[in-house]
Amino acid sequence: MNIEIKDLHFTYPAGVEALRGISLNVPAGEQVAIVGQNGAGKTTLVKHLNGLLLPTRGQVLIGGWATTKHSVAKLAKQVGYVFQNPDEQLFSKNVGMEVAFGPRNLGFNSEQVQSLVNDALAMTELSGKTETNPYDLSPTWRKMVALASVIAMDTPIVIFDEPTTGQDAMNITRIAHVIRALRERGKTVITITHDIDFCAENFERVIAMAQGKVLLDGKTNEVLQQDEILATTYVDPPQLTRLGKKLGFKNTVRNQEEFLAELKNNYTS
Amino acid sequence: MAIVNLQNITYKYPLTDVPVLKNINLQIEEGQFAAVVGPNGAGKSTLCYTLAGFVPHFFKGELTGSVEVAGMESSQSTLDEWVLNVGLAFQNPFNQISGAKYTVFEELAFGLENIGVPRDEMKARVTNAMDLTGISDLANRSPYSLSGGQQQRVALASILVMQPKVLVLDEPTSQMDPIGTREVFGVIRKMAEQGMTVILVEHKVEWIAQFADRVIALRDGHILLDGTPSEVLTSPILEESGFGISRYTSVARKAQGLGLWKRDRLPVTLDEAVEGFSLSPSVPSSSQSLKGGGEQLS
Repeated sequence: MNIEIKDLHFTYPAGVEALRGISLNVPAGEQVAIVGQNGAGKTTLVKHLNGLLLPTRGQVLIGGWATTKHSVAKLAKQVGYVFQNPDEQLFSKNVGMEVAFGPRNLGFNSEQVQSLVNDALAMTELSGKTETNPYDLSPTWRKMVALASVIAMDTPIVIFDEPTTGQDAMNITRIAHVIRALRERGKTVITITHDIDFCAENFERVIAMAQGKVLLDGKTNEVLQQDEILATTYVDPPQLTRLGKKLGFKNTVRNQEEFLAELKNNYTS
Repeated sequence: MAIVNLQNITYKYPLTDVPVLKNINLQIEEGQFAAVVGPNGAGKSTLCYTLAGFVPHFFKGELTGSVEVAGMESSQSTLDEWVLNVGLAFQNPFNQISGAKYTVFEELAFGLENIGVPRDEMKARVTNAMDLTGISDLANRSPYSLSGGQQQRVALASILVMQPKVLVLDEPTSQMDPIGTREVFGVIRKMAEQGMTVILVEHKVEWIAQFADRVIALRDGHILLDGTPSEVLTSPILEESGFGISRYTSVARKAQGLGLWKRDRLPVTLDEAVEGFSLSPSVPSSSQSLKGGGEQLS
């Protein structure tokens, strides 16, 4: 299921022009990170993918469907959306019911629902917590419940808005595993993040936004080495990328393996 | 002299059997900037609530030991006395906004109204706090119409206007972009330099290393490590215990294993990493000139 965005403009009712001509395609199964300063239009953009917002001008096509011609309920089968704050999307009395809510609404039969729920709980390491009230869990685990409740809907496209915000190192690792598992299943994953190190380590394509426009769009290594352009949207390159650059490495590095390889390379040459 | 003095603190929330804080002893000197790190569930937020008097005055539950902050003893004082001396910015700014005010300006004045600050002084303090936290242009916006990062600035400003002696911040930059984080850390550092005592819960260790005087690592409700940022943040115990550590530290530890990091002490910040790696023959000599020219943080 491809995503096509054509010259998308969006102005909020109060007059704020949040998107000013965005054009991009995301082929099925791609993992994309969107970065950029607060107010760049990242959340406004992804809210167009499931019809929560409709273009003021231009077009958004999900698998060929224009979002203006299909209801949010119909688009929900194609696009799952995990909000930044889990408390905005959790309401059931226990984790099992919370996670079952989405697939049940999409019309899966009860066996299918059970299997999707079990699978989503296993992927998010929540299997032992089905009977727990989501609000008795720590914010970290509530985040995982929010992820599970969207994963269980088995949509071809999954959107994460700031999945690592306020999470500890262990949970960031868990979230990275979830994204990897989704990639192996051929899902398209679009993730908004301020955590540039997380972005470098888990995504192949990066889109940098500023003031309602796409500033950079390309392979992760290529985008993350553009430090001067990134600075204009308040993004610092990843820590190891910066370190590699200061040390005069020839190649741009973005994770430990690449850094150590380059270090060894310099050492032996 | 210690402005925060916790003696043998153990605390259980109501209707629970397991203590969240276990035998905590902690003294913090006036004007110190102390950062608290730890995995989720370590008790960091509960420690914040205890310092701010919410534990036990608001949350109830069972507290043993003695909590003394800014000359007040918890069992001998009420929450309304406590708020005059200690300010807390919540982890989720949404939970902190009063819901009683239409604009950011009024929101910031809310606490001051409650303690009867004269009108002119109130206006001056609000204006100053907005200026300091970079939200002057949001003065007439509804606090609820703001982004997460903007709300966090409002939450911080609404505490700063109260001019507390002790400032307790629970992940105040979690929803901010890097530049927002940098600015807020700058503001907090300035407060500490002006003599405010700051206790900051934060996952972003490279920032802590640049700004804090001291780091306290919590795990399972007790203090695991307590020392300078460099001592605590490069301790192998931290990585083994599931703490977030700086990527500079972890890559240098791997390089050390390969014989490519020559120093005893591991780096936490970019500058330290550049310096340390530049000592090894692996790095072209041209990069030597970059030593000490690291990133500008404020």
